[in-house]
Amino acid sequence: MTPFQAFLSMGGYAGYVWPSFAIAALALGALLFASLRSRKATAAELDALETQAGEEASET
Amino acid sequence: MRRTLLILRRDLRLALRQGSDSFAAVMFFVMAVALFPFGVGPEPNMLARIGSGILWVTALMASMLALERLFQNDYDDGSLELLALAPLPLEAVVIAKIAAHWIATALPLIAAAPVLALLLHAPAEILAPLALALLLGTPTISLLGAVGAALIIGSRRGGVLLSLLVLPLAIPVLIFGVGAVEAALMGLPARPYFLVLAAFLLAALPLCPWAAAAAIRQALE
Amino acid sequence: MPWLQRSTLGLIAAGLTLGLFLSPPDYQQGDSVRIMYVHVPAAWMALFCYTAMAGASAAALVWRHALAHVAARATAPIGASFTFIALASGSLWGKPMWGTWWVWDARLTSMLVLFFLYLGYIVLAGAFDDRERAQKSAAVLAIVGFVNVPIIKFSVDWWNTLHQPASVLKIDGPSIDPSMLAPLLLMAIGFATYYFWVLAIRMQDEIMAGKIRALRLRRAESEAGDRSS
Repeated sequence: MTPFQAFLSMGGYAGYVWPSFAIAALALGALLFASLRSRKATAAELDALETQAGEEASET
Repeated sequence: MRRTLLILRRDLRLALRQGSDSFAAVMFFVMAVALFPFGVGPEPNMLARIGSGILWVTALMASMLALERLFQNDYDDGSLELLALAPLPLEAVVIAKIAAHWIATALPLIAAAPVLALLLHAPAEILAPLALALLLGTPTISLLGAVGAALIIGSRRGGVLLSLLVLPLAIPVLIFGVGAVEAALMGLPARPYFLVLAAFLLAALPLCPWAAAAAIRQALE
Repeated sequence: MPWLQRSTLGLIAAGLTLGLFLSPPDYQQGDSVRIMYVHVPAAWMALFCYTAMAGASAAALVWRHALAHVAARATAPIGASFTFIALASGSLWGKPMWGTWWVWDARLTSMLVLFFLYLGYIVLAGAFDDRERAQKSAAVLAIVGFVNVPIIKFSVDWWNTLHQPASVLKIDGPSIDPSMLAPLLLMAIGFATYYFWVLAIRMQDEIMAGKIRALRLRRAESEAGDRSS
């Protein structure tokens, strides 16, 4: 067994150790991704609204 | 005090006249308990072992049913606003409504519980502890439920939301309520459990009406 | 907040390096002890987030500060995620160590209740058309729920000592070695900075959403004004 394989097998606990880390990474990553995407969408919407409001103000 | 009693009487009369809510709760209780022998098998020892848990959990579910409308009806027809404007403190109104709810739904449940316990082959010596535990525990559940019912006034999905909010808060009552019956079943003294249940009730008695009244005031703002 | 982002990624990377490569396996638990490096910090953060949420809610109700509502609301999903991670990784740790995925002991049950409280808060905060009302209702729930956490812990403790011998669950806290404490603390601080990072993102999002609502409202009002004049 190469050292790398030994590392992956986690002394026989691979089936428990790696899923724990994977679940944590997945949950935190997904939350971060969703938050960033939602902020981006909101920012775009706000931008659109503000430029629209600005144009209307300059028209009058 | 007299005004509180007036509200209590009004709510009780309404509950009795409509009769549907408390009747539905008791029917749900009986039906749900009757389903368990089909689910886990009719083996008497097994039923006697898990009977107290079944009765407590289904009683908890049944009391959730009627709680949903505790304030919503009065809110919809505007009488809650009038009650809030009355010279009586809103906390007293809330206590009166909780008491009416408890008499109309929990008392029938407590009356039905010993009969159902016998059907589940529970030994006769646990009937009194069971009734006493329910008598001490269900007011706390009604009080907690009133906070939940006040929080969901005017929300979009009331019923499910109420259970989601109140059931986690009711877990301590469930633990000690079942504990009292289990202790009696094993011949241990059940007194500590009753004392803890009474302590929960005494803690909830001032806190819950206050929180529920605060939530109602926000709903009326 | 680039510095929050950098420190989060750096701290977690350092914690993972130490935890996965450089820290020794436990003499009893073997390599499964490495689950601790996600499990324990996540559990800490789950409690920390609830405390922050309840504190922000109380501040929002007392001082009527709008930003406190926003902070409480933005904290809830982060805390729920940490609670979920703590429950899931605890389950994965329990299987090889205790031989079971789940035990109804005090710790696990009170964490599960904490998860329910988070979910209830999130659902309640989204259940009203009226924003003001949603915020205040959710704030009351957060505070009431905070009272419940110690009660649950205490009641389940008693419940269990009567019914279940504490044989399986008694992991005698391995007097923790510096080589294990270092990755644990690094991960914990990394999770904390992650919380503040995502909190900042979510709060900015909420604040911009508030501006959008205000702009829309003003426009609707001015249109109504145009029509009536």
